[in-house]
Amino acid sequence: MVAPVANPARGDAAPGRRWPAWLVVVPFLAYVGVFLVYPTALVLIGAFQDANGGFTLDNVGALTRGVHLQAFLRSVELSALTALLGAVLGALLSWAVAAGRPDGLPRRVVVAGSGVLAQFGGVPLAFAFLATVGFQGLVTQVLRERFGVDLFAHGAWLFELPGLTLVYTFFQVPLMVIVFLPALDGLRPQWREAVASLGGNSWTYWRHVGGPVLLPAFLGAALLLFANAFSAYATAAALVSQGSPIVPLQIRGALTGEVLLGQENTGKALGLGMVVVVAVAMGLHALLQRRFARWR
Amino acid sequence: MAVKVVRWLVLLAFGVFFLLPLLAMAEFSTRGAGGTRSLDSWSGIVTDPDLVDAILVSVQLAVAGSLLVLVLLVPTMTWIRLRLPRLRRPVEFLCLLPIAIPAIVLVVGMAPLYAWVDYFLGGSPLTLTFAYAVLVLPFAYRAIDAGLSAIDLKTLAEAARGLGASWAAVLLRVVVPNIRTALIGASLLSVALVLGEFTVASLLNFDTLQVRVNLLGKRNAGVSIAVSLLSLLFAFALLFLLSFVGERRRGAAAGEG
Repeated sequence: MVAPVANPARGDAAPGRRWPAWLVVVPFLAYVGVFLVYPTALVLIGAFQDANGGFTLDNVGALTRGVHLQAFLRSVELSALTALLGAVLGALLSWAVAAGRPDGLPRRVVVAGSGVLAQFGGVPLAFAFLATVGFQGLVTQVLRERFGVDLFAHGAWLFELPGLTLVYTFFQVPLMVIVFLPALDGLRPQWREAVASLGGNSWTYWRHVGGPVLLPAFLGAALLLFANAFSAYATAAALVSQGSPIVPLQIRGALTGEVLLGQENTGKALGLGMVVVVAVAMGLHALLQRRFARWR
Repeated sequence: MAVKVVRWLVLLAFGVFFLLPLLAMAEFSTRGAGGTRSLDSWSGIVTDPDLVDAILVSVQLAVAGSLLVLVLLVPTMTWIRLRLPRLRRPVEFLCLLPIAIPAIVLVVGMAPLYAWVDYFLGGSPLTLTFAYAVLVLPFAYRAIDAGLSAIDLKTLAEAARGLGASWAAVLLRVVVPNIRTALIGASLLSVALVLGEFTVASLLNFDTLQVRVNLLGKRNAGVSIAVSLLSLLFAFALLFLLSFVGERRRGAAAGEG
């Protein structure tokens, strides 16, 4: 038995290899197969199965009417509204941050804070808003005692769609900063100088150069925000304990509640619906991103 | 000049919007009986054995989850760059897939899977490690991919092999030290993500930090708000640290170039 001799000039074609090259990636593929592909397939296929495993379109059909359709419409509305708010406000904040020094403290704090709120908020965000504008929240109390204003005069809005809109915006703005800040950094100072040397002012620059260049990045980011809000679950679950106004909460109901006979796979159909919506948004996002990449 | 004023006004307005809830959490969690101040909610964190257990579980999950994802990804991604470039696209696709599949959807498919995990490995909450490694896959992949792109992997590997190093030595003594900042970045992100995870744990009925916080909030909002504030601040500290880690890598790269 001769030990394999490594060839320094051509490390690629080491002769005498005793095992095939693809063996190294087997653990990874096996793991991803079991814990990612299998559960995903279970959802996507299960959406088209009845209780006995036979093919059916009933589950998916149920999405097109009644409470499920309403939940989808509400989810889309909530996601679109908070994506729009988040994109506009987030772009404004990105601009304020990008105009400063790249290694300055404001930027560092905003970026780190944005990362926390955008990606790791979840349940803590729900409690943050309970502490602020909940029944006993700081702002609620101050308004009630000092100004005689009752925040809850029109019902428990914090635990319904208006509350979700407020809390979702709170994590959408930071996500916009994370996604949009690099795009703003990509604007070349030479462009601004060129506009200035041709006699243009700040408005001409944003109207004819900055704006058009950034538009695809802005729209792409807005789509990402939409997908983000659409997929969000933790904050809504912690805030809304009664009823299931949006799709993720309906999936919770399907997983934890009593399941009616013949509707065993409704949760999977809801999951399929979510994947389709998110996939469309992410696909468009990828297209716009490619368009923006041309300028870099 | 006017632009500068507007810029600071914008920063100020957002500062108030984002700090107000955090301030309110601090205020709420220090309320005592009859309008007094008290730290009962904060001491309640360590005196609630269930909460302490849940925190310990989450910390273990954070460590185990980030280790698992690194052990899975680093050898695979290194090997693919060296030997199997054709697999790069498919593996990238698989790693980024969890972005397109919301956790709430993934958990629907994981529920039956975890019946099997429970059967083979027992019902320990630490089995959540498997699910969490999947959730952090996209973040870890991007960080490690950036790290590997920044070094001349082929030359390094060939040099080490030429000097008689085994593949294991190449991986552990050449690749890992060279992409350590990327590995630290991937781990910090994974830790923060796992500590904040709620969806999968709650729907698979495991008692982790966020699940316990949510449960606790139903009867004692003060403690829940205190823990929430603490976990937000901790995640902030991790990411703030991360911003310096990334910087050192850029600095080092500039020095080499």
